Amino acid sequence: MHLLASTSCSLQLALAAMFSVLLAALLSPCLGKRSDLQRLAISLLIALSGALAIAAGISGLLGDTAAATLPIGLPWLPMHIHIDALAAFFMLTIGVLLMPVGIYSVGYMKSFTANGQSLAQLGIFLPLFALGMEGVVMADDAYAFMVFWELMSVSSYFLVTWEHAHEQNRRAGFLYLLMAHLAGLLILGSFAVLYAASGSFTFAGMRGGELSAGMATAAFLLAAFGFGMKAGVVPLHAWLPEAHPVAPSNASALMSGIMLKVAIFGFIRVTWDLVGSDAFIWWWGGLLLAAGSSSALGGVLMALQQHDLKRLLAYHSVENIGIILIGLGLAMIFAAAGHPLIAALGLIAALYHTINHALFKGLLFMGAGAVLHATGSRDMESMGGLIRHMPITAALFLVASISIAALPPFNGFVSEWLTFQTALLTPELDNTLLAALIPFSASMLALAGALAAACFVKVFGIVFQGNARSKAAEQAHEVDRWMQIGMAIPALFCLLLGVLPTLFIPLIDSVPQLLIHHSLAASVQAGHWLWLTPISAERAAYAAPLLITGLLLVGGLLYWRLHRRNNRILRGSVWSCGHPHLNPRMQYTATSFSQPLRRIFSGIYQPDKHLGNAYEDHPLIVRKIAYAVHVKDLAFDKLYRPIGTATHHLADRIAREHGRGMHAYLAYIFISIIALLIWIAR
Amino acid sequence: MKQTLTLWLLNLLQASLMLLVAPLLAGIVRKFKARLQNRRGASLLQPYQDLRKLFSKESLFADNSSWIFRTAPVVIFTATLLAASIVPIIVVDLPSAMIADVIAMTALLALARFWIALAAMDIGTAFGGMGASREMTFSALAEPAMLMGVFVMSLGAHSTNLSTMVHFALNLHHLHPSVAFALAALLMVSVAENGRIPIDNPTTHLELTMIHEAMILEYSGRHLALIEWAAQIKLLLFASLIISLFAPWGIAETIGLLPILIALGCWFAKIILLAAAVAMLESALAKIRLFEVPNYLFTAFVLAFLGMLVHYILEVGVQ
Repeated sequence: MHLLASTSCSLQLALAAMFSVLLAALLSPCLGKRSDLQRLAISLLIALSGALAIAAGISGLLGDTAAATLPIGLPWLPMHIHIDALAAFFMLTIGVLLMPVGIYSVGYMKSFTANGQSLAQLGIFLPLFALGMEGVVMADDAYAFMVFWELMSVSSYFLVTWEHAHEQNRRAGFLYLLMAHLAGLLILGSFAVLYAASGSFTFAGMRGGELSAGMATAAFLLAAFGFGMKAGVVPLHAWLPEAHPVAPSNASALMSGIMLKVAIFGFIRVTWDLVGSDAFIWWWGGLLLAAGSSSALGGVLMALQQHDLKRLLAYHSVENIGIILIGLGLAMIFAAAGHPLIAALGLIAALYHTINHALFKGLLFMGAGAVLHATGSRDMESMGGLIRHMPITAALFLVASISIAALPPFNGFVSEWLTFQTALLTPELDNTLLAALIPFSASMLALAGALAAACFVKVFGIVFQGNARSKAAEQAHEVDRWMQIGMAIPALFCLLLGVLPTLFIPLIDSVPQLLIHHSLAASVQAGHWLWLTPISAERAAYAAPLLITGLLLVGGLLYWRLHRRNNRILRGSVWSCGHPHLNPRMQYTATSFSQPLRRIFSGIYQPDKHLGNAYEDHPLIVRKIAYAVHVKDLAFDKLYRPIGTATHHLADRIAREHGRGMHAYLAYIFISIIALLIWIAR
Repeated sequence: MKQTLTLWLLNLLQASLMLLVAPLLAGIVRKFKARLQNRRGASLLQPYQDLRKLFSKESLFADNSSWIFRTAPVVIFTATLLAASIVPIIVVDLPSAMIADVIAMTALLALARFWIALAAMDIGTAFGGMGASREMTFSALAEPAMLMGVFVMSLGAHSTNLSTMVHFALNLHHLHPSVAFALAALLMVSVAENGRIPIDNPTTHLELTMIHEAMILEYSGRHLALIEWAAQIKLLLFASLIISLFAPWGIAETIGLLPILIALGCWFAKIILLAAAVAMLESALAKIRLFEVPNYLFTAFVLAFLGMLVHYILEVGVQ
């Protein structure tokens, strides 16, 4: 009862958000008979939870922090929850996507009920998944953290295996479950190290623990690998592009948009908060920077070669997690070197990109869902010309594409700009190795950003422009209002965060205040809300509101001048060099668009090409040419498969020992006892 | 207050100067090239007449073109013009340099490129797709070289604000080796970004080799004029950027009629020198094979990166 009596508004809002999704999960099975009501109830409760999470996040960021003990848990181990600046920021991140996805789901899940599919599985596990994510963020002890973490992992397994009739999806689900638990094990190991140092499961106790350098490194490495595995950092990422695309699109949006961010949250919580920035060692940040750079570049390179739309987006998540890690790595390096102000800038850059990615990737997955809904396919090679049938979806998808390509005036550019500004402060460092690594990371960031732009020209050009490549694409129709509103909300946020960074950064400034006791707010505005000035106005400034005003003013004037009423535009068919019948198959395809890159980076892709020609009686008369090219993920062949084979071999070996009979077992027991005695007598 | 107003007016003046001089630069390059090839060549003002001709013609669009195709020339022109208006060419302290720094400038150019590539994909012709694919690939490879090249100067100037960077370049008392590397890298990138020989040939329509021209094949009339004009502004922008970052001597540090006139004269003379260099290069070199372009761009990146390392090893702390 004392929970409701608590005075903190943000904590009550957060609890209401969690209760709302819990209610959805409990209500869903009761409404199984009335599928329309069930769909509406689940979706709107999720949206409500998102709205409450936004409110909780904002009030938490404004300084309304509190802690409470939940009346559940084990008798000697109660669950503690709290909301501080870090938790509040991630509640906000969860909320800004959860709310639109809830609204979108009303329309999106209609196609399932219309097909007679049961919502039972989705109706229980989608809200539970949201509950798990909110719970992880709110956790104030390792026990609550792990319980909610597992809730998140296991319930999302049921979302991945939603269409379990396909064997491929079951395999993806198994791989996902395996990797999620391996990650869980490593994270548990990290908490174990912290527990050993402090003797307490609560985060407050862990913060007070005395960590030696070795133990701090162990905790950091376990957390880095555990959370990195869950976040999809190269080379641990191979499960991600298998699992995320096969979930229903609203769930994919949540998984790529915010579940990966929860892993980033966990990493920040353990390293920056529990281990503490005082314990940082210089090479930790270097490791993050290297992992971030390889994820950013590797992710986008793999994404460029995909023609399954959702799989392509999943690889872009790997890229963006890389960009976030570059920001975090820079912050860690500067924090370890004793430059807290620059570290605060790096942290703000990483957090800014975190919320940005949640917004535009959520929007992109919802857009992919709308396209899937309209054409029944995820294969880009069968799409085309959808901008004419789905103008609103196309426009919103374009907003997300510009954002993810880090182009002004949208939000992706702001976070990349901040990351570049952090990297340019490298001369403050004494360490030459890092001073050389940072510019390299910055150039990888530049390359990844430009390649992302190339990739989204491909996606938008192939899916929405040109002519329809299949019957389904030709007959596509615009999605309903619920889905349009669900997509419009993150698009609006993308624009707002792109234009008004000076209003948003002071809001999230309480996170670096909490973690490194340094604030950026004083320097970030230089006294005026128009100019974004990290560190100082002389160093760099960016005035997005003025830039967009200039773009609209000059552009609008030109457009008006170009399309006045007396300036008619003639329409005609495309010039086909005299060829009588142009058909859609003569267009560039997704595969041909990425051909130059396949050739340039053939060392990374190792493309597997097949050319099969069928002839008409004579070898000079070709009847049919079949061309196929496959690009495999190197991490699968070089890392996953060898480990899998080795595990199998080991298991076989042990299995053989099992069959040896009683005398062998007696011998083992005897040997073990002798060994133990020796060890004790030592 | 009055001084701010003067500065903004100068800024506006400078932007319109970029706008108006851009076709002339194209004319000068063509004239130099013609003279090098023992031709008399067209008048220096020919590009203006070409633009006027195109503006007076009607535009023809394909049946299936969307609003992307219609807006593309406007977006390209606006973004390029805004990018051009933040490069200091007459006075060092431009107020617009505070709005967008050098990173935002490259991003504006990237926005223009993004939109033109989308416009190329819009009709669904094979040429458009091919041009878009090549342009986006090669520009992606050029991006790190471009940014690293500029960052070498930024590190020295402790700023990404172009005005501050020009101040830094003005006060360099001796040649920094890192600056030489950055200059080489930026020159190489500029050639590639503007689609000049040896990377792309703006005067050919040969399908095997073209990049930029393949993207705008479907445009005609006033829409085409706007795209051509934007390409000319982009060339002038890169020329001015290189001049301002590496040879800004003569640029007005104070506001006054005489310094501004001197700055104008110096800038124009340097532009003509660069135009001569471009013409010479284009007459002497042949276009390289398409798949040699990545090597070219990689070389530019390595040069810029070496510049960065040299800066850390030799120059940090020494200054």
